[in-house]
Amino acid sequence: MSTDHDGDALLRVEHVKKYFPIRKGILLQREVARVHAVDDVSFEVRPGETLGLVGESGCGKSTLARCIARLYELTSGSVVFDGRDISRLPRRRLRPVRRGLQMVFQDPYASLNPRKRVGTIISDPLRIHRQGNRGEIKRQVRRLLELVGLSPEHVNRYPHEFSGGQRQRIGVARALALHPKLVIADEPVSALDVSIRAQVINLLDDLQDELSLTYIFIAHDLGVVRHVSDRIAVMYLGKIVEISPAEELYRHPVHPYTEALLSAVPIPDPDLSDQREHIVLEGDVPSPVAPPPGCRFHPRCRYATDICSREEPPLVAHGSPDHVAACHHPLSFSRAAAAGAPASVEDA
Amino acid sequence: MMTDPLLEVRNLKVSFRTEDGTVQAVDGVSLTLAEGETLGIVGESGSGKSVTMMSVMRLITDPNARFEGEVLYKGRDLMALTQDQIRGIRGAGIAMIFQDPMTSLNPVYRVGWQITEQIRAHESISSQAARARAIDLLKSVGIPHASERVDDYPHQFSGGMRQRVMIAMALSCNPDIIIADEPTTALDVTIQAQILSLIRKLRDDFGTAVVLITHDMGVVAEMADRVAVMYAGRIVEQGSRRDVFYQPQHPYTWGLLGSIARLDRPKPERLATIPGLPPSLLNLASGCAFRARCAHRFERCLETPALLDRLGNGHLDACHLEPQAKKDARAEAAPPELVEDAP
Repeated sequence: MSTDHDGDALLRVEHVKKYFPIRKGILLQREVARVHAVDDVSFEVRPGETLGLVGESGCGKSTLARCIARLYELTSGSVVFDGRDISRLPRRRLRPVRRGLQMVFQDPYASLNPRKRVGTIISDPLRIHRQGNRGEIKRQVRRLLELVGLSPEHVNRYPHEFSGGQRQRIGVARALALHPKLVIADEPVSALDVSIRAQVINLLDDLQDELSLTYIFIAHDLGVVRHVSDRIAVMYLGKIVEISPAEELYRHPVHPYTEALLSAVPIPDPDLSDQREHIVLEGDVPSPVAPPPGCRFHPRCRYATDICSREEPPLVAHGSPDHVAACHHPLSFSRAAAAGAPASVEDA
Repeated sequence: MMTDPLLEVRNLKVSFRTEDGTVQAVDGVSLTLAEGETLGIVGESGSGKSVTMMSVMRLITDPNARFEGEVLYKGRDLMALTQDQIRGIRGAGIAMIFQDPMTSLNPVYRVGWQITEQIRAHESISSQAARARAIDLLKSVGIPHASERVDDYPHQFSGGMRQRVMIAMALSCNPDIIIADEPTTALDVTIQAQILSLIRKLRDDFGTAVVLITHDMGVVAEMADRVAVMYAGRIVEQGSRRDVFYQPQHPYTWGLLGSIARLDRPKPERLATIPGLPPSLLNLASGCAFRARCAHRFERCLETPALLDRLGNGHLDACHLEPQAKKDARAEAAPPELVEDAP
C-alpha cells in the first residue's frame, strides 16, 4: 500500500468533461440540451495502487472509465497515460496504448461473444497485436487460463458452458493477455453471488501482486471497494466530491454525501445495525441534464446553507494532502464523531 | 408462539420437469410466519427462495412444475384452492412486491389506474373513492404531489419512486402479509435506505407481516425478526436474527457471513471464500447438498440432514456436526488475520 506522493503517476486525468448531446427534430437534429455525464474531473493513479471509484448509478463513473480507455471521445480535458497524452491520439496510434490499458466489464453474460470459443476470446487480443505465432499464442492462452484459476482443458468450450464467476475469470484472462499496466474494472463483481464474489475479488488481489498491476476499480458496493482499494474517489452527479486513502474515508468522511453513502450500507450485524444512525437522503439524484447550481449535492444535503446553492466548492485538502473533498461545510472530525442531530451549520 | 401462525408452509416441494431431467427447485421447505412478524429469507441465486414464495402465491403456472406439500394461510390450504379463490387472497390477504420496479408495472397504464384496478377487484367501491384512496396511498409511501403524480405513467417515475408505487399497490387492500422479493436489489444504496425505512415504517404502522427475500445479509440484519437461510432448495438454518448472526450453526451460513466485505470490521487481508460452486439442482444426489464445498464434512454427510432444533432454543439447523464441534470449528476458522489499521 504505497501512499507516497512522489514518483510519476501512471495515469493522470485532467479536467475531463464528457457531455452527451440531446437532439431534437428529424432533419435538423438541433442540440437542445446536454447530459453532463462527467464534468471537470481530475485525479491521478499511481503505479501499483488500486483506486476505487464509487457512486450511485448515473453519477458518471462508467462514462469516466470509458473516457479513460478512449471508448468514448472526451468533450474536453486530457488523459495522460504512462507519460503520454492519449486523449487526442488517432485510432491507429491508440492501438499500442491499449495494450497497456485494459478493461474488465460488469456483465459476464454480455461481455463475452457467445459464438466464440473461450480460446478464441482470450487469444483475440494476442492475434490483433501479433504476439507470436500460433504455437506461442496457444501456450499463452493455456497459461492465462491457469492464471485465473480455470482449467486449460476449457479452451474449446463456449461461454454458456460456464457459470457467472467463471465467465468473469475469462473476462479477466482476456484483459491480462497483453500484460497491461492498468486494468479498469467496471463493476466486475456486481453481477455475482456473494460467495463467488469473494473468489473473484481474491483472484484480482492475487493477480495484482503477481503481475504488479494497477487497478481502477469501479463499484457501487462500498464494502467491496474498501476491501480492494488503496485510495477511493467518490463521485456524485458527474463530479468527484472526495478522494481519500481508503481507511481514512471510512473513518473520517469529509463530504456529507460520503457520510450518507456510508450510513446507507446495511451492516450484517443486528445489534450494530439497530444502534447506528441511519442518514436517509431525501429525494433522488437530480438530472445530469440540468445539474443544480453551486454544490450539486446541496438539494439533498442536511448541512446545506445559502452559499452551497451559489458557489461551487473546490476540491481542497482536509487533514492530509492526500485527502481532498469539495464541500463548503466539511464534516470536521468532531462533528463526525458526534454525528447525530442535524448539526448547526457554521459558515465556512 | 402458541397461537396458530398466520402463514404456515409445510414440507413444500417444487420440481420442474426439463429436457435434461427433473430440477428439484424447492425440496421440503417448512416455514411459519406469525402476525406482524418479519421473516428474512436469504440465499444465493438458485437457492429456491423466490420459487418458494412464488409457489405460496400460486404464481407459478409452468405446466412442467409439480407441487407437493401444504401452504396454510389462516387455516386454509392455498395449494388446494381454485384459481378464483386464490385470486381473492392475492392482493387482499397476501400481497407481493417484486424485484424490478421497471418491469413489474404496466407501462401503458397510468399508475393511479393500476392501483385502483386492484382495489376495485377486491372491493365494491366507486371509482372516485378508489382514486382518492390511491392518492392517499401514494402520499403514505412518500410520493410528492401525489394528486398529480397519480395520473403519470410508470416511465415518468425514477426507480425508487416506482418501487414506492409498487409498495402503495401492495398496501392498497390492507393485506396481512407482504412478500417482498428482493425489493431493493435493483436500487442504489441511498434509495435502498429510503425504501427499507419506508417498509419498516409501514410494517409498524399497519402491523403487516413481511417476508423479505434477499441475498444481502446486511438487509436481513437490519429488517428481519427471524431469518431462514436457504441452500439448494432447502432451509439449512433458521432462527432469530441474533441467533443466526451471532451463533450461526451451519457451515454455509459461516461462509456467507465470512465472504462479505464488511464496513463494520477491520479489513481482512483476504476475504474468506466458499470454494466451488452451488450444485446443480438437476438430479441432485441425496445427502447434504453443501458437503462438496464444506471444510467440515464427514461420513454422515452422505445422509440428508434434517432441519432440527439441535440447541433446544428454537434455532434450527441442518448440519450433522455436534453443536460443540461446530463451536470449535467456528472458533478455529474465525477471524482470518486482520490487518492493523494502516493509515
